[in-house]
Amino acid sequence: MSTFKTTRRVAMSLMATAAATFATSAYAGGHGIDLEGKTVEWIIPFSETGGSAKWANFYAPLLSEALPGQPTVVVKFMPGAGSTKGANFFQEQKYEDGTLIFGSSGSTQFPFLLGDPRVKFDYADWNVVLASGTGGVAYLPPELAEKMDGMDASGLQGEDFIYGNQGATRLDLVPTLAWEMLGLNVESVMGIKGRGDGRLMFERGEANIDYQTSSSYLSGVTPLVEAGTAVPMMTWGALDDAGDIVRDPTFPDIPTFKEVCDATPACETSGEKWDAWKAFFIAGFPAQKMVFLPNGASTDAIVTYTKAFEDVKARADFAEISGKRLGKYPQMTGDAAATAKASATQVSPEAKEFIVNWLQEKYGVSLN
Amino acid sequence: MEVIMEALPAFGDAWGLILQPIVLGYLVLGVVMGLCIGVFPGLGGIAGLSLLLPFMFGMDPVLGLALMIGMVAVVPTSDTFASVLMGIPGSSASQATVLDGFPMAKKGMAARALSAAFASSLFGGLVGASFLTIFILIARPIVLEFRTPELLMITIFGLSMVGILAGRVAIKGIVAAGLGMLIGTIGEGASSGDLRMSSYDFPYLTDGLKLVIVGLGIFAIPEIISLLRKDRAISDQPQLGGGWIVGVRDWFANIWLSMRCSIIGVVVGVIPGLGGSVVDWIAYGHAVQTTPDKSNFGKGEVRGVIGPESSNNAKEGGGLVPTLLFGIPGSGSMAIFIGAIALLGSGQIEVGPAMLKNNLDITYAIVWLLALANVVGTVICIAASGGIAKLTTIRFVLLAPFLFMIISFAAFQSGQNLMDLVALFAIGFLGILMRRFDWSRPAFLIGFVLSNPAETYANQAVQIASSRFRKSFGEGIEYMFTPIVIVLLIITVLSVVIGLRQAKHIMAEGDVKSGSKRAPFVFMLLVTGYIAYAFYDAASIPSFSRDRTFPMFVAGVSLVGCVALIIRMMLKPETDVMFADREREGDDAEATHGLWPTLGWFAALLVLTSLLGFILALAVFLFSFMLMRARLSAPMAAGYTAAGIMFMCTMAWLLNRDFPPGLLQEYVDLPWPLT
Repeated sequence: MSTFKTTRRVAMSLMATAAATFATSAYAGGHGIDLEGKTVEWIIPFSETGGSAKWANFYAPLLSEALPGQPTVVVKFMPGAGSTKGANFFQEQKYEDGTLIFGSSGSTQFPFLLGDPRVKFDYADWNVVLASGTGGVAYLPPELAEKMDGMDASGLQGEDFIYGNQGATRLDLVPTLAWEMLGLNVESVMGIKGRGDGRLMFERGEANIDYQTSSSYLSGVTPLVEAGTAVPMMTWGALDDAGDIVRDPTFPDIPTFKEVCDATPACETSGEKWDAWKAFFIAGFPAQKMVFLPNGASTDAIVTYTKAFEDVKARADFAEISGKRLGKYPQMTGDAAATAKASATQVSPEAKEFIVNWLQEKYGVSLN
Repeated sequence: MEVIMEALPAFGDAWGLILQPIVLGYLVLGVVMGLCIGVFPGLGGIAGLSLLLPFMFGMDPVLGLALMIGMVAVVPTSDTFASVLMGIPGSSASQATVLDGFPMAKKGMAARALSAAFASSLFGGLVGASFLTIFILIARPIVLEFRTPELLMITIFGLSMVGILAGRVAIKGIVAAGLGMLIGTIGEGASSGDLRMSSYDFPYLTDGLKLVIVGLGIFAIPEIISLLRKDRAISDQPQLGGGWIVGVRDWFANIWLSMRCSIIGVVVGVIPGLGGSVVDWIAYGHAVQTTPDKSNFGKGEVRGVIGPESSNNAKEGGGLVPTLLFGIPGSGSMAIFIGAIALLGSGQIEVGPAMLKNNLDITYAIVWLLALANVVGTVICIAASGGIAKLTTIRFVLLAPFLFMIISFAAFQSGQNLMDLVALFAIGFLGILMRRFDWSRPAFLIGFVLSNPAETYANQAVQIASSRFRKSFGEGIEYMFTPIVIVLLIITVLSVVIGLRQAKHIMAEGDVKSGSKRAPFVFMLLVTGYIAYAFYDAASIPSFSRDRTFPMFVAGVSLVGCVALIIRMMLKPETDVMFADREREGDDAEATHGLWPTLGWFAALLVLTSLLGFILALAVFLFSFMLMRARLSAPMAAGYTAAGIMFMCTMAWLLNRDFPPGLLQEYVDLPWPLT
């Protein structure tokens, strides 16, 4: 029943945003903006060292080529306060000539969804021009992976797991909640700076469960799997057009959490817990990173940037150069991006309340 | 041996990749760019690599690597200029160099100090590269042996260097380190995000203070202010003695020290998670402990320069191991390096566990490019050192405003917030007082640098260990007390015992006379007050949060120290070393200008910036400073001002950075660079 409810909610928001973007595209008849001789600043609310930096540095030169007038595109890093500092800064900016864009990530979306006191920005004000999806893969040491009976994770329920956690309210809440739903006893060791440190902890044998986003999994964990020191457990999956979770196209051979949950008696793919997990998974992964123009951007500017990102996607070599760095995930523009934005920045009040209470009970984190 | 035989073909391939004129040309280009950026304090490899990033996309991998490695490799070489000549730690890698390098410059031996440093850097870089050539093949399993307890132990070993640098009163040094650690805990805790000494109503502090700001504030500002008050050149000798040949000879005479420190550098650099922030202190400590006559340390002992400089270039080589083999950056610049590698060519180089298997030739090319870059960089630096050393003979009053300009700019880059300048000023003021009352600033800085790793590793080790103990007692013990931990523990204990016994002879702050009781006592009370408040603040964090434990522990220990010091102050006469005060006697007391008017100039720059924005404020500041303080003619002052502003703008434009805006910019839209 409640799966149906989620789907319906997604469908509703889909329709609403489709209507909204239709209105936008109706105006988008004419001339784009010309950025010749200008410098486009792309603000990333993280440091030079994170995943968002990689993503922006990948797109920046391509975007520069694709925009009319070939402006210089520079990535500006504005880290602080778990990315809310940069986002608050962007909220204050007025649209001028289309030379300012912003890149947000799941770590920006989550504080917004959870009502973090530091959030002074509103996604509704911003104009999305690109949404990049990703996925995540959980993995285990081989001796623990053996205890899984096919997809049934019940055999792992007696084990003591240690997981290197970046922070209770970060993207890490998606894996930790998933493991809890499977009945696993996972203790979070906090203070990890970046998922790379988590993987290192796993390699050192201190942590015995971990997850990585797709691109890091491909470069960092696949060699371990080949060497026999790690075994994939499950992916978070991907969303199909109907809003259902299906196998991740980058990892078609690894079951999704939904499948594992279905196969494990202790876990249910319905109910408020599942709905909350799914809502935050959708906010964190299928539209993890987005590019925005500021509040009040002209239709011309939105059309220009949308077209530029479409041209980037249409490059003959795009599949090849993006596959390794971003994984095989949809790079959405136009209506699809707007839909993705809507699903990534809206969760039902029930899901929010559930997660807020869960964080309070499990970690003592108070968000008020 | 077998592994090495297998690697031999890759050796040849790697040389084939490197030894092409165009590759070497790019390497030299990178080196030159790195030198130009590295000489400015606070702008290290991160700024340089960010500058190169836009060009990396689709570039031929070997050319791109040559360019980037050339740049990264020489930053720890070129930042020596600022450390030795101005007493400004150019980056975290050259903090310890300041301790003896700057006193040498003051004695007119800048060129000697510089060339000794460069020779050591070169040697360190080469030792690092040759060590890595073999080690990188077997590094993976060894690095994985360094788990959280081992990392914690290395951090504690780094902290034990406080023992050597504590100064004449050991407890005072320990309290200084505790204060540094407490300042390092300001902001959101790593464990559950609880706030220490900050609030969301005042967001600046929630992210904590950055090393750039604390390093520049605690070392550079006190030195600049002190020199400025004397109104003469940095060097007290009109004629510069000790040319660059002498420095190279100094290095050669201490080649074994240089060798040992290089090994320390490469080994500590290999361990992921610590970065290089402790390496130079450990090397400095080692240099002190192995020198029979310790009386010259802190006053211009060349071994105090050779030690840290040998280690910091070797560390860059060591840092490649976690970067290339694990895909985990050892430092901020390495993180950008990883990102940039992915942009090269068609992205075929993928750092991480598969690097050795798929790209062994590239791996070796990187290691040896690093060595080559060190050679090129050192040759250029040594050639330039004689000329650049002449800066120390210029009237300092002509240099000081530009130094203020550069460190303000560097500080602003860390958070892009006007508060960065306020923080720099505040820490600078603390540094001035610590210097005045003979509190060890190196101890403070070590405490600050190691505060975060100490807290994080302690919390994690306790948590993981208790999980193991729950399984079985034996498993817990096995996890905590590995052979590596035990060896490190013994070294640490020895180092503390020996260090404290020797600390009396090593005056990191120079010889300071004692004077009256009141001023040192007031400062003591202020420090105690802050520590007590920090304790109270941490104690008010809910008890289930791990974020309270570390600051409470540090503050508790420091408070005990404070009480002991206060009791001693009450008992002893005012001639006791406890009451050291630079304003009583010596250079500072006889200075031409008072402390407050001199500090006032800097405060004026700050206030003007908050009103007019940085560039306008800088123009006013430079012009009036040159006119009134340096007593230049109006046209000359205008010329200096224009040159300074031009320089600043070019720099910011190249690096694509902004300046701090002021109140004016809230109301009026101004074109760059006035924004």
